[in-house]
Amino acid sequence: MSVAVTKSRYQSEEFSARLRRRYAAERRFRIAGMVAVGIASLMLVVLLGSIISKGYTAFWQAQIRLEVTLDKQQVEERNYTALLRQALYAQVPTATDRATRRSLNDLLSSGAPYELEAKVNANPSLVGTTQTVWVRADDEIDQFMKGFIRRDVPESERRLNDVKIAAIDALVANGSIRSTFNTTLFTAGDSREPEQAGILGAVVGSALTLVVTMLLSVPIGIAAAVYLEEFAPKNRWTDLIEVNINNLAAVPSIIFGLLGLAVFLGFFGLPRSAPLVGGLVMALMTLPVIIIASRVALKAVPPSIREAALGVGASPLQTVTHHVLPLALPGILTGTIIGMARALGETAPLLMIGMVAFIVDIPGGLTDSATAIPVQIYMWADSPERAFTERTSAAIMILLAFLILMNGLAVFLRKKFERRW
Amino acid sequence: MNSKKLAVTAAAVVAMTAAFAGAANAQSRDQIRAVGSSTVFPFTTAVAEAFGKGGKFKTPVVESTGTGGGLKLFCAGVGPQHPDVANASRRIKKSEVEQCAANGVAQITELKVGFDGIALAYSKQAPHTDLTTQILWKALAKDVPVDGKMVANPYKKWSDIDPKLPNKEIEVLGPPPTSGTRDTFNELVMLEGCKKVAEVKAAVADEKAREKACMTIREDGGYVEAGENDNLIVQKLTANPDAFGVFGYSFYDQNRDKLQTAKMDGVELSPEAVQAGKYELSRPLFIYIKNAHAGVIPGIREFIAEYTSERAMGEDGYLGDKGLISMPKAERDAARTSATNLTPLQL
Repeated sequence: MSVAVTKSRYQSEEFSARLRRRYAAERRFRIAGMVAVGIASLMLVVLLGSIISKGYTAFWQAQIRLEVTLDKQQVEERNYTALLRQALYAQVPTATDRATRRSLNDLLSSGAPYELEAKVNANPSLVGTTQTVWVRADDEIDQFMKGFIRRDVPESERRLNDVKIAAIDALVANGSIRSTFNTTLFTAGDSREPEQAGILGAVVGSALTLVVTMLLSVPIGIAAAVYLEEFAPKNRWTDLIEVNINNLAAVPSIIFGLLGLAVFLGFFGLPRSAPLVGGLVMALMTLPVIIIASRVALKAVPPSIREAALGVGASPLQTVTHHVLPLALPGILTGTIIGMARALGETAPLLMIGMVAFIVDIPGGLTDSATAIPVQIYMWADSPERAFTERTSAAIMILLAFLILMNGLAVFLRKKFERRW
Repeated sequence: MNSKKLAVTAAAVVAMTAAFAGAANAQSRDQIRAVGSSTVFPFTTAVAEAFGKGGKFKTPVVESTGTGGGLKLFCAGVGPQHPDVANASRRIKKSEVEQCAANGVAQITELKVGFDGIALAYSKQAPHTDLTTQILWKALAKDVPVDGKMVANPYKKWSDIDPKLPNKEIEVLGPPPTSGTRDTFNELVMLEGCKKVAEVKAAVADEKAREKACMTIREDGGYVEAGENDNLIVQKLTANPDAFGVFGYSFYDQNRDKLQTAKMDGVELSPEAVQAGKYELSRPLFIYIKNAHAGVIPGIREFIAEYTSERAMGEDGYLGDKGLISMPKAERDAARTSATNLTPLQL
C-alpha cells in the first residue's frame, strides 16, 4: 500500500505514515478489546471454577449400611436411636467398652432415627424383621470420606478421634459406607446439621416472594409505562415523574428494606419474615426497572404503526392494545425478567423485614415465615461447621442455575418475538 | 387483550388486598420467634431444630440481628407481632430493661446458657507465640505512651514491643465495630490490657479520656477489619501464617487442624479454662424470655426447658458440639430452675 509510484496529494509519504498509524491504532484497539474480553472470561472461569470445585462434593453424601433388627417393643417406644446404635455396635468389632460406644454414636447423623421411623411408618410390616438400611452418616464422617479432614495430625487436633477413624476404616473394609446422591439438599429445609440441611425451604420462599413481586410490579409497571409513553401530556409534572422514576432505579436496595419495615411492618402490621412483605418490597424495587425497560420498548415501536392504526380509525386505546403493546412485548418481557432476576439475587432489603432468619419448616403460604436462596447462602457461609462450606458453593450453583434459566428465557422470548423494521 | 389485561390487574389487586387484610387479621402466632446476637444464634438455632423435631410444636424462627438490635425488637412491646425470645452475647443493660418496662414488657426471665471464648488464633505453620493482654494492647492501640507522652503507635513488628516475640509485622484480623465480639474484645483486651500499662495513667490524667484512648484501635493497617464472616478470617489465617485472628471459640474448634491459639497471660483456651474463669477472653451468653408470652404463644416453656436440659447445655450436650462452652453444674441447675419458674429478672 505504501509503495506509491505516482506522488499524488493522497499518496504522499505523510499520507502513508498517517495511514499506517491509523491501522496501528485500529489494531491496538482491537487487541485492547480482546484483552478485556479475555480478562472478563478468565475472571468468570476462575469464579465458576472455584465455586464448582468447592461445591460439587456437596451433591454426594456418605451413608452407612446397618442391619437393623426392628424389635417390636423398641419400635413401640419409638426408640429408633437405640435400634440404630445396636446395629452399629454389631458391625464394629472394637465396640465393646462404653467410651468407644459413645464415640461411635457420633458416626450416625442425628436425623437417622427419623429416617428409620419414616420407613417403618410407611411399611409397618417391617416390625419384627431384620432389615438392611442405609442411613445418613454424620457430616464429619462425610467430610472425612471426602478427604477434607486430615488423619495425619495429632488426635487432639482432629474433629475425629482415633476410635472413630478405626471404626470408619472397618466399615469401609466391609463395604458398609457408600456415597450417594445427596437428595436431602433438594428436599429438606434448613438445618444446623449439614447432612440434614437442604435448600428447598429457601427455593419455595424465593418463589413465593417472586410471585408476589411479579403480580404487583408487572401490571403496575406496564400500565405506568404505557400511560407515560403513549398518553401522558408532556409537561413539567410528567418530567418530574420521569426524573423520579430514573432516580428510584438507582436507589440502594437496603433503602427499600427500610421502607418496607416502616410501612408494611410498622404501619400495616404485616407479619415479619413473610414472603408477602418480601414480595411487596421487591416489587417496589423492580418497578422502576420495569417501567424504564417498558418505555424503551414502547419507544422502539415505529410511529408509522400508530399512525396507520389511527389512520384506519382505531381509537388511541385500540392502537396501543392491538398494535403497539404486542410489538413492544418482547422488550417489556426481557426487562421484566431481568428485573425479576435481580430481585431473586437480593438479600439487603430482606434483612430489614426479618427474612434473614433460621427457618426449618418449608413455607406453605404467603404469610408463613420464609427465607430466600441468597439469604440461605449467606447463612451457610457464616456457619462454623466445615461441611457447610461445600453446601454454600452448591447453593450458589443452584442460584446461578435459576438466574441462567431466567436470563435464557429472556433471550429466548426476545429472539422468538422480536421484529425488525 | 385490553379487557383481559384489565381483568388480570383487577384480580391481582383484589388478591393483594385480601392477603393484606388476612395477614393483618392473623395476629395470633403458633411459632416461637427469637431475635438477637449472632454469637448465640448457632446455639439457639440448634435448640430450635431439636425442639421442632420433637414434633409437638412448630420449629421456632430465629433471626440474627445483633444483641442491641435484638433487644430493641424484644422490648418493643407485648403481643404476637413482637418476638418472644432475645439472644444476647452480653447482659441486658439497665436502660434496655427500662425501655422494655416502658413498652409494657414488665417481666423478663434471664437465662445464662453458657460461655463463649474469644480465640486469638494463627496458622499451624507459624511458630508458637504466647501473648498477654498488655502486649496485645500495645500492638493494637492507636496511641501508646512513649517517654511519658501518648504518640501514634510506633510498633510495626511484634519484636518492637518485646524482643522475645517473633520478628514479623503486626497484623491482626478481627471483627468490625458493629460486632458484639468486637465490643467484648474492646472491653476484655483493650481496656484490661491498657490498665496494666502504668505509663498510660501517667500520660493521660483524665479518666474518661484515658478510657477512650485505651479503647481506640489503630487504623494504620495493624488491625484489619475482616467483616462479620469468621470463616473468612479462618481462610485468611491459613493463607497468611504471619497474621493473627480474633473470633469465637466454635470457629477455632472446627479448625483445630489448621489453627493454633496463643496463650493469653499464660492460659490456654480450653473449655475447662473458660469454665473455671481462668481464661480472660470469655463472656457469658444469655437468652431473655418475655414472661407475658408464656402460655400465649404455644411452646415457650417447653422450648426453654429443652434449652436448659442436660442433653442440650450439659457437659456432653449437643450445644457443646456446636462450640458452646458449658457452665459448671451448679449454674446449669440454677438456669434450669429459673426456666421452670420463669423467675423475673431484677437488676
